[in-house]
Amino acid sequence: MSNTATTETKPAAPAIEKIKVKVDGRELEVPKLMPDWQGKLVPTTMIQACELAKTDVPHYCYHPKLPVAGNCRMCLVEFGTPALGPDRKPVINPDGTPKIAKSPRPAIACATPISPGMEIYTQTPGVKQMREGVLEFLLINHPLDCPICDQAGECKLQEYSVDYGQSASRFVEPKVHKPKAVDLGPRIVLDDERCILCTRCIRFTKDIAGDDALGIVNRGSYNTLTAYPGKVFDNNYTLNTVDICPVGALTSKDFRFQMRVWFLKETKSICTSCATGCNIIVGSREEKVYRYTPRENDAVNACWMCDHGRLNYKWIGRADRLAEVRRQTSEGRSEKTTWTVALNEIAEKLKKAPHGSVAIVASARQTNEEFWLLKKLADKFGALTDSIGYFGEGDKLLLNVDRTPNRTGARLIGICQANVGIKMMVIADSIKVGKVKTLIVFGEDVTKSSLDAELLGKLDTLIVSDILPNETTKRAHYLLPGCAHVEKRGTFTNIKGRVQKFMKAVEAPGDARPEWEFLHDLVYNVTGQDGFLTIEGLFNEMAKDVPAFNGLTWAGLGDTGVTVPT
Amino acid sequence: MNWNFIIFSVIKIAIVVGVVQGMVAYAVLAERKISAWIQDRVGPNRAAPPFVKAIPGLGPVLIRLGLFQPLADGLKFMLKEDFTPAGVRKVYFWLAPAIAVIPSMLVIAVIPFGSQIGHQQMVISDLNVGILYTFGIVSLGVYGIVLAGYAANSKYPFLGGIRSSAQMISYEISMGMSVIPVLLIVGNLNLSQIIGWQSQHGWLALYSPVSFIIFLVASFAETNRLPFDLPEAETELVGGYHTEYSSMKFALFFLAEYSNMIASAAMMVTLFFGGWTLPFWGLDHPAGNLGMGIAHILVFLVKMLLFVVLFIWVRWMFPRFRYDQLMDLGWRKFVPLALVNILVTAIVLWAKS
Amino acid sequence: MIVNRKPLTLAERLYLPAIVGGFRVTIRHALRSLFGGKTVTMEYPEQKWAVPPDYRGAPYLVKDQDGHTKCVSCQLCEFVCPPKAIKIIPPGPAGELADRPNAEKMPHEFEINFLRCIYCGLCQEVCPEEAIFLLKDYSLTGLSREEMVYGKEKLLALGGVHGGIQKWKHKLEEAKEQENFPVKV
Ligand code: SF4
Ligand code: SF4
Ligand code: SF4
Ligand code: SF4
Ligand code: FES
Repeated sequence: MSNTATTETKPAAPAIEKIKVKVDGRELEVPKLMPDWQGKLVPTTMIQACELAKTDVPHYCYHPKLPVAGNCRMCLVEFGTPALGPDRKPVINPDGTPKIAKSPRPAIACATPISPGMEIYTQTPGVKQMREGVLEFLLINHPLDCPICDQAGECKLQEYSVDYGQSASRFVEPKVHKPKAVDLGPRIVLDDERCILCTRCIRFTKDIAGDDALGIVNRGSYNTLTAYPGKVFDNNYTLNTVDICPVGALTSKDFRFQMRVWFLKETKSICTSCATGCNIIVGSREEKVYRYTPRENDAVNACWMCDHGRLNYKWIGRADRLAEVRRQTSEGRSEKTTWTVALNEIAEKLKKAPHGSVAIVASARQTNEEFWLLKKLADKFGALTDSIGYFGEGDKLLLNVDRTPNRTGARLIGICQANVGIKMMVIADSIKVGKVKTLIVFGEDVTKSSLDAELLGKLDTLIVSDILPNETTKRAHYLLPGCAHVEKRGTFTNIKGRVQKFMKAVEAPGDARPEWEFLHDLVYNVTGQDGFLTIEGLFNEMAKDVPAFNGLTWAGLGDTGVTVPT
Repeated sequence: MNWNFIIFSVIKIAIVVGVVQGMVAYAVLAERKISAWIQDRVGPNRAAPPFVKAIPGLGPVLIRLGLFQPLADGLKFMLKEDFTPAGVRKVYFWLAPAIAVIPSMLVIAVIPFGSQIGHQQMVISDLNVGILYTFGIVSLGVYGIVLAGYAANSKYPFLGGIRSSAQMISYEISMGMSVIPVLLIVGNLNLSQIIGWQSQHGWLALYSPVSFIIFLVASFAETNRLPFDLPEAETELVGGYHTEYSSMKFALFFLAEYSNMIASAAMMVTLFFGGWTLPFWGLDHPAGNLGMGIAHILVFLVKMLLFVVLFIWVRWMFPRFRYDQLMDLGWRKFVPLALVNILVTAIVLWAKS
Repeated sequence: MIVNRKPLTLAERLYLPAIVGGFRVTIRHALRSLFGGKTVTMEYPEQKWAVPPDYRGAPYLVKDQDGHTKCVSCQLCEFVCPPKAIKIIPPGPAGELADRPNAEKMPHEFEINFLRCIYCGLCQEVCPEEAIFLLKDYSLTGLSREEMVYGKEKLLALGGVHGGIQKWKHKLEEAKEQENFPVKV
């Protein structure tokens, strides 16, 4: 990896003192301080030490990105500290090891800081008994709705019940019944009977989303989660509570009863709804996308994503997706054709095009590799290139004002200027005066910008690649169906310059092909430059060619990406 | 050549071939029915063209007897895919079924199946070396099987073909020798003459029972029927020499097997049981009128059918011989026995004269 | 171990007793089935087979005693089915509610492809709602592949009623008794 690309943007942290602890008899060194949910350095807790020791401690209320509450008691462990003699010196065993005084009481691992020489026991019979006890209490009033509960399959209560649960309940009294299917907000349904009162959702909304909307009313077994009276649970981050809710109490209206989670294929991907580039997991089954869920990446989105991006996937499966390669005949009729025919004809026309008579409008939703291939074409003809920007309101947490995922990439590769769209007027003028005769449009409806239908009519050749039909695709002389990001692989560069890759989750409809694939063919046909037929090779080639990406490799990007200076 | 002869021969051939084919079809049905009865089953009792059910009373009975099953079977054979596997030797593969079928039909030509109707002899060709002709022709049948086994280019048919040729050649010897006493007694090779002799002196089975038994057993072996059906022993050889055949080609082998059986039955009736004669009701000399002529044919058919039933019945009575036992029986038991039989008959005849 | 063959007696070598014996057996059976009418054949479409009580026939969906669909579309059977014969389309957020209160959902469509089903009974075993049972049907036929895919309505009609504990109904009744909930939310 070269010096221009770094994995983290943080300044080098001061060296943190390490202390020795033992987890289940295994000694390891852990930092004395670790970042908490805000990134502040606080004393390391037992649960963090256990995690570093790769020992799993069951927990409900603890979440690494939330303030610690310590109310579920699931994480109880036994521990001991070095015994001190009357002289405040450690007592030494005959064999030379320090004597450990085992604490008579257990402690919650999520909130107890470690101390030097501490020994943590997570597998003792006592610990097992405590876990069984906690679980039995949790299940007293639990409705056991699993067959109709959307959480089933990714439910912590189910998982720990398998490990520590009892096969039959000893509780003979009727269960406390609480409100079911409560409409908590426009995107959330709450089932209070399933809630285990861990308050993760409350802490998230209050401390992370900054919208103090949820709370608990009533006492004892009547404890009930609810929205504050008169307040709607409607911020842009509500659906994260569904993710962090360890049980099926909070469920997404959008995903409700859509598909059982164990059928979903999980594919690592990137959200395309704004320039932040939140890391996501695409849940799909049989070529249908069912949901997006956030994927942890501390450099971008921690564990969260916004509702706006999360729900923006329905267009992928739309019935009117472009799925045929089409060309316009000399009589102006549109007819279906094949990739080979269309690409060869386009190449023929482009080869004859004089210098400066071609313009390219790319979309800031395209990948870096596609921009690079387009750039090669543009360089050959000295073409004008630009893209179109989309902006909206941002917020302090994740949502960016820039609603395209890869404007930074377009700029770094040289498709557009920092001021995106500034050349659109120039392109319009050149078409008007007849200088530009061929226009290549990728993924944009240019009739909505400065290039209206009349101008498009003046062109000799209009080559359009898109995913959904619009006014521009209707006028295309060559229409090349492209892929949504879940249907191909590639990389985006987010607003902070983090290059992140995404994987393919579903097959593209009909004849549609990933843009980089046919762009590669086209570049080869027109310029004779051969490249790579795999996305890995293509990316590596691009990284060598584009200064901003120098030193990157596809494999080196990892799952969470690499930040480049912008 | 006179036209009369040609016309009547053609008519006789047509009728005989038709009747034999029909008998083959119904022999298959008989086989299935008899085996069903022996095994406490019902046998074919479903197939029928739609209108038969409507016949009051009789219709259901006919259907239960399975009388239309042969039609359905035939149709099925014709409609099935005629598949020629890759890698077979095509010419031989196609030739083999024909070679198997033709000799079995040709044998019938010399057998007198009745006395006479009008001036027509009820035999297609009254050959004066009839017996030699039959043995000559019958031994050709083995070529079909050997060829089928060889042409299929597959190991089971090959083994089946080898076994079959060995078996047929072995048993032909004892079969041929078993008939010699008969010829010694009668002194003629013409089958009509043999029948004539029997109508005067009584059935030859009584004169030479040993010959009859050897002939009977050998004809089981010659027709590849249980207990000597080693060439097509399903349990060891899949289907034997016709494993790779399907549709009509397979049907031809079937046809050959059953017409061989019928021919053997006819030969036995002719050689040992007086052919179309019966020693009473004046049925023992050539017919003077049409009624008698038909009666003779019927007598012949009934006798023959009894033997066909015997063939079928035996199949469901015995287990299959082991190959070495089969050869042992053929060469070490029947050949010496037949030789002794010839000798004894000759001595007795010499002593009598 | 080598077992020596016992030498055959003369009678055995002549095969004659065996021939007579074989004939006796076969003629006895033939006469019995011809005239005694004692055959073992079951003439299938007219005579039906007595299905043993624990026989696993075709899996069908059942209704409860109130005539409600018992299946809640949990899709466990779809998951467990070894040949993937079951296909369930869940109701989704806008789908029809379950036809009994409190159960919240039922399948929008439920298909069993009987060309695939191997009658293993795993769906019945896994079903948490006792909603699918392998009944006694064993002779399923159709003239096309499509015909062999049974939809929800057909499966429910074939399955009939199967009583049971009606847990959703009990939950509702229990909840109704707890009207004295401290603070209404
Ligand atoms: S929250 Fe978990 S345990 Fe409770 S009903 Fe849902 S899946 Fe089952
Ligand atoms: S709804 Fe879920 S996250 Fe919120 S308190 Fe209940 S169990 Fe915890
Ligand atoms: S019986 Fe077995 S194969 Fe048939 S539907 Fe049920 S689980 Fe699937
Ligand atoms: S039949 Fe049973 S297992 Fe299958 S979806 Fe319905 S409730 Fe679930
Ligand atoms: S995880 Fe520690 S108390 Fe809940």
